[in-house]
Amino acid sequence: MSIQQIAFLLVLGLVSFIGFKRYSRLRRNILLGKDVDFVQNAKKRWSNVLLVAFGQKKMFKNWIPAILHLFIYAAFVITQIELIEIIVDGVFGTHRFFAAGLGGFYTFIISFIEILSAFALFATIIFLWRRNMLKIPRFRKPEMKGWPTKDANLILIGELLLLTGICCMNGADMVLQEMNAEHYPQTGQFAITSWLGPALFGGLNESLLIAIERFGWWLHILTVFSFIIYLTYSKHLHILLAFPNVFYAKLKSRGEMENMPEIMNEVKSMMGLIPDSNETAEMSDELPSFGAKDIFDLEWRTILNAYTCTECGRCTAQCPANLTGKKLSPRKVMMDIRDRVEEVADGLDKGKIEMKDGKFDDGKSLFDYLDKEELYACTACNACVEACPVMIDPLSPILEMRRYDILSESAGPKDWLPMFNSIEQVGAVWQMPDARDKWTEQLTKKEN
Amino acid sequence: MKETIRIKRMSEHLEAGTVPEILFWVGCAGSYDARAQKVAVSISKILTALNIEFAILGDEESCTGDPARRAGNEFLFQMQALQNIEILNGYSVKKILTICPHCFNTLKNEYPALGGNYDVIHHSQYLQELIDDGKLKVEGGDFKGKKLTYHDSCYLGRVNNVYEAPRKVLEALDADLVELKRCRTKGLCCGAGGAQMYKEDEPGDKRINAERVEEILATGAKVVAANCPFCLTMLGDGIKAEEKQEEVMVYDISELIVQSNNW
Repeated sequence: MSIQQIAFLLVLGLVSFIGFKRYSRLRRNILLGKDVDFVQNAKKRWSNVLLVAFGQKKMFKNWIPAILHLFIYAAFVITQIELIEIIVDGVFGTHRFFAAGLGGFYTFIISFIEILSAFALFATIIFLWRRNMLKIPRFRKPEMKGWPTKDANLILIGELLLLTGICCMNGADMVLQEMNAEHYPQTGQFAITSWLGPALFGGLNESLLIAIERFGWWLHILTVFSFIIYLTYSKHLHILLAFPNVFYAKLKSRGEMENMPEIMNEVKSMMGLIPDSNETAEMSDELPSFGAKDIFDLEWRTILNAYTCTECGRCTAQCPANLTGKKLSPRKVMMDIRDRVEEVADGLDKGKIEMKDGKFDDGKSLFDYLDKEELYACTACNACVEACPVMIDPLSPILEMRRYDILSESAGPKDWLPMFNSIEQVGAVWQMPDARDKWTEQLTKKEN
Repeated sequence: MKETIRIKRMSEHLEAGTVPEILFWVGCAGSYDARAQKVAVSISKILTALNIEFAILGDEESCTGDPARRAGNEFLFQMQALQNIEILNGYSVKKILTICPHCFNTLKNEYPALGGNYDVIHHSQYLQELIDDGKLKVEGGDFKGKKLTYHDSCYLGRVNNVYEAPRKVLEALDADLVELKRCRTKGLCCGAGGAQMYKEDEPGDKRINAERVEEILATGAKVVAANCPFCLTMLGDGIKAEEKQEEVMVYDISELIVQSNNW
């Protein structure tokens, strides 16, 4: 067994170990949310996965970023084939394991990956330029200051490293093959590195070429491994979570807010529509809490939403409140939920606080992250829901937090009190002296 | 004095043992807001002109609870909704016509979970059906060739995916429809939704209706068509703030039909 093989196995083992821990933690964090009843309908769900997640349908509302994003996405998906080979080669100490068996098809696949990688390189450079040079409002909102912007740039730089790795690895390999070097079997001419390789590395001696090829190979795989771990700390989880997120997304009409059966039944028994439910209510002395105060009160899929959010800001760019200078930003709502989940998760990891009845109390809540000013600026217009390419729903947590504030805290904007009182007393949003049908007197026959 | 046309109440139908074709759900705005009352009158004129048997609940109608629910007051919503459902089910109501996308949405999408199942239709859809069936004809050509723009309401458009029906109705007017820059799925809210209608704005640079009105004025259209009483108020206020109320008029699509037919 070669030193490289041993090194690879060690790295693979380490990455698997850390990865397993990080992704188990992620799963636990998502499940800190409430259980939800799903409308089953697997057919519709899979069709969403196919069209929206895999097919990126909602990205194509805006063609230019959609196509650039597609370049990177396609390269990412297809490169997985090469990644399998890299892992096989790494474990067994082989070199281009699939080449011999696949023959001409292998040349085609690697060429295809190279062409997609070239497109991805182009898109990555445009994206770096767009994010840092162009003054695109959605990338310059207050919530993007500091880490979120750095995170975005690190990902793009990681992408450049990956592409550099592929270029060195394949380019040097092409030159080595021309020299008939040992351990570098013929694979046919790759579309790009067959000319780029000789142009960059032609004339170098064999050992230097092998060093470049190995450097490229290791750079590529180490970047991939780091990326797998880094994802769990970054905004970039959408490359994995977009799929389950779209699958589990709400299928009910956007117009239907989640019903609250406990309140419905309470009101029904008040109205005498169902027998009094006092007997069951006596079981708990505590006043029930309604709506969402903290992450435990959110549906688990809202937490999945928060981890899926890649902070692109398409929601915020469409939000009427944000567009007119209010503090509300739907993207920030998702970022805040994730930050709060991470805070809770850290507390749990360190064993500082224990869970009790599926919740825990560290004296903080989502309200320490989100101002009421943000919650109450929302017009419930659903523009954010419509805008999200991966079917995140920022509106639900906003409305759930309003429910907590109004129902459990009896707080909320005082302007609403007259409206509430009026509905309660006269059944209309305004208190008017006239009868509800007074307007009908305006309906007159046409005079001839 | 002009002779008024009396709209039957559901209770009268029940007494007489008759069943109207449709229940017209007027809503709080249609009942009490001076501007929206004109829409309620317009739709009633159209129904009357076409001899469609319809009735209203009169003083038995009550707020659907939509603003309470979106404000977060679920108790109040449930009280309203369950009361309304009791009344609607008591009359065995099948089909409901609304002139407000918020009433439309709540009746259609939120009442079923509480035991209220009806065939709910917004007036833009109903008008389109009547035009398609050849029952409603638009005559007069008041708007022929005139530049007109259309504002999508959130709860008809983005929330309930009704984009074509109101446009089809406008087509019947033979007007020159200029789309707003942000239309259909990207339609910008008028600023009233989510119970914002009943409170002051949070601090910001400007009001949402001002943002929308800028876009409307940029089209150069003198007529703005809408389908929601709250949009009518917000857009009207925004136009007034720009002092353009003499030049640019905001109408509900039903009013345009009534004007055109000189009813």
